[in-house]
Amino acid sequence: MRGSLRSRTIKWTLHYAVLLIYVVAALFPLYWLVKVSITPNDILYKQGTDLLPSRFSLEHYATVVGKSDFLLFFRNSIIVSGVTAIASTLLATASGYAFSRFVFRGKFWIVGLMLVTQMFPLVIVITPIFSIFGVLGLTNSLTGLIIIYTAFNIPFATFLMQSFFDGIPKELEEAAMIDGATRFKALVQIVAPLTLPGIVATVGFCFTGAWGEILFALLLNSSASTSTFPVGLLLYSTRATVEFGPMMAAGVLALLPVCVFFFLIQRYLVQGLTAGAVKG
Amino acid sequence: MLEPYLYSAPALLLITVTTLVPIVIGISYAFRSVMLLDPTSGGFVGLDNFRDLMNDASFWNALRNTVTWTASCVAFQFVFGLILALMLNRPFPGRSIIQPIVFLPWAIPTFLIGMNWSWLLNPAIGPLPHWAYALGLMSTPGNILSDPDYALLGPVIAGIWWGMPFFAITLLAALQSIPREIYEAAEIDGASSFERFRSITLPFLAPTMVVTVMLRTIWVANSPELIVVMTKGGPADASQIVASYVFTQAYQGLNFGYASAIATALVVLLLIYALLLLSIRQMMLRAR
Repeated sequence: MRGSLRSRTIKWTLHYAVLLIYVVAALFPLYWLVKVSITPNDILYKQGTDLLPSRFSLEHYATVVGKSDFLLFFRNSIIVSGVTAIASTLLATASGYAFSRFVFRGKFWIVGLMLVTQMFPLVIVITPIFSIFGVLGLTNSLTGLIIIYTAFNIPFATFLMQSFFDGIPKELEEAAMIDGATRFKALVQIVAPLTLPGIVATVGFCFTGAWGEILFALLLNSSASTSTFPVGLLLYSTRATVEFGPMMAAGVLALLPVCVFFFLIQRYLVQGLTAGAVKG
Repeated sequence: MLEPYLYSAPALLLITVTTLVPIVIGISYAFRSVMLLDPTSGGFVGLDNFRDLMNDASFWNALRNTVTWTASCVAFQFVFGLILALMLNRPFPGRSIIQPIVFLPWAIPTFLIGMNWSWLLNPAIGPLPHWAYALGLMSTPGNILSDPDYALLGPVIAGIWWGMPFFAITLLAALQSIPREIYEAAEIDGASSFERFRSITLPFLAPTMVVTVMLRTIWVANSPELIVVMTKGGPADASQIVASYVFTQAYQGLNFGYASAIATALVVLLLIYALLLLSIRQMMLRAR
């Protein structure tokens, strides 16, 4: 007994030690972002390699919030990312389910076409997209960004959802359908709750994907009123010099909503199934 | 059998209109001479762009770099992500705080990540070269981003840091979907923890692993952002990958036709790779 207690202690010490490495590796570059954002301009480069600057100031944050449209950019980013995440996950849950549960004509070609959309460098397709969206009145519009982000997120989200559905035994919904439920009802009430961690992960990916995207945001929307925050970041570097202070400050501010979002979804990411399994 | 089409129709419709049509137009550039800022260009040139490509040493160099860049990024992201997912899979005190923290890098725009790592790797203003020097990893605290032999290493490090959470999150979600009862039954039967990993965890995880590795490979091979921001493909093409070469040809060379031919060649190579992985996945699903 004593021996197993000791090996258990060693095991958990090792567990936390390895996790500590991960936490430090994840946080150190983020710490640097924060450090640069609170270092006054005159010592920004002089004390660049120091772990802590000798003086702190919030001047860069004041610049970002007071002298630019960042709050507007944030609002736009939250709308675009939020709607994109929900829309892509809904559509991908449906198509991922179809891929996982059915063998149907044309499936091979549909999968192939979806893959090709992920393979073609965006630089080339952006010109035709711009022309098409221009005709449809979708340039300089948040709706346009939501549509294009959703379209580019769906293939990945579909494959992800399909792989999660593949992990759920078919017998579960077949039993429900024998009991008289329609397939759709079985999907919504039995299969979807079991894949909740997967659905939450997919929502998270689509959200962060849209949150950081820069190429479409830059080229489709030229007006400030429809810009998202990554485009705002770019404003600090396209001039003759890079204004690192305000750029990093804006980057730190942009992390806050994502932090909140991650904390909100993380309990579903690891608890979704346990709740479903108890009921089943 | 109308059902599968009903479930996948909304997604397919959206993709067809907004991405497939532009891609077909984009590929058509590869067979034309499309120069930006030159309204007289646009004529059909057949396979000329592809013939040029075969004799373009820069392209072959970029292709080699693409393999190095993609393989090293994806392999390390996957291994580190898998270890993290396995550790986060069981409850322990502090998990709810640690988990969001280690996932954070994924949420940062690549442009900002590139800027930040360029700063960290620059010996004049960043600490990392000095630490590497103190540890004896570098003979002088230099900037690897301007060293032709190591320039690609900078974006690779930034890429691993950024992409590791992707695998951790997807693999964790897949791990969480494995029914607990199976583990309990195996434990009663006296299976060791390694046996349980090999005969339960691995088979259940395999479909997700294959799909995520495939998609990640495609994305990483295709995303020039970190390289464009950190090294601009330099010094002297030392860190140029195909995706960043497409970017350079399109926006600096303004040669859209040629850029599209490079992009099309990349798509063909990636398609072959994807088909290979998908057939492996099919075999694994059948074996289950």
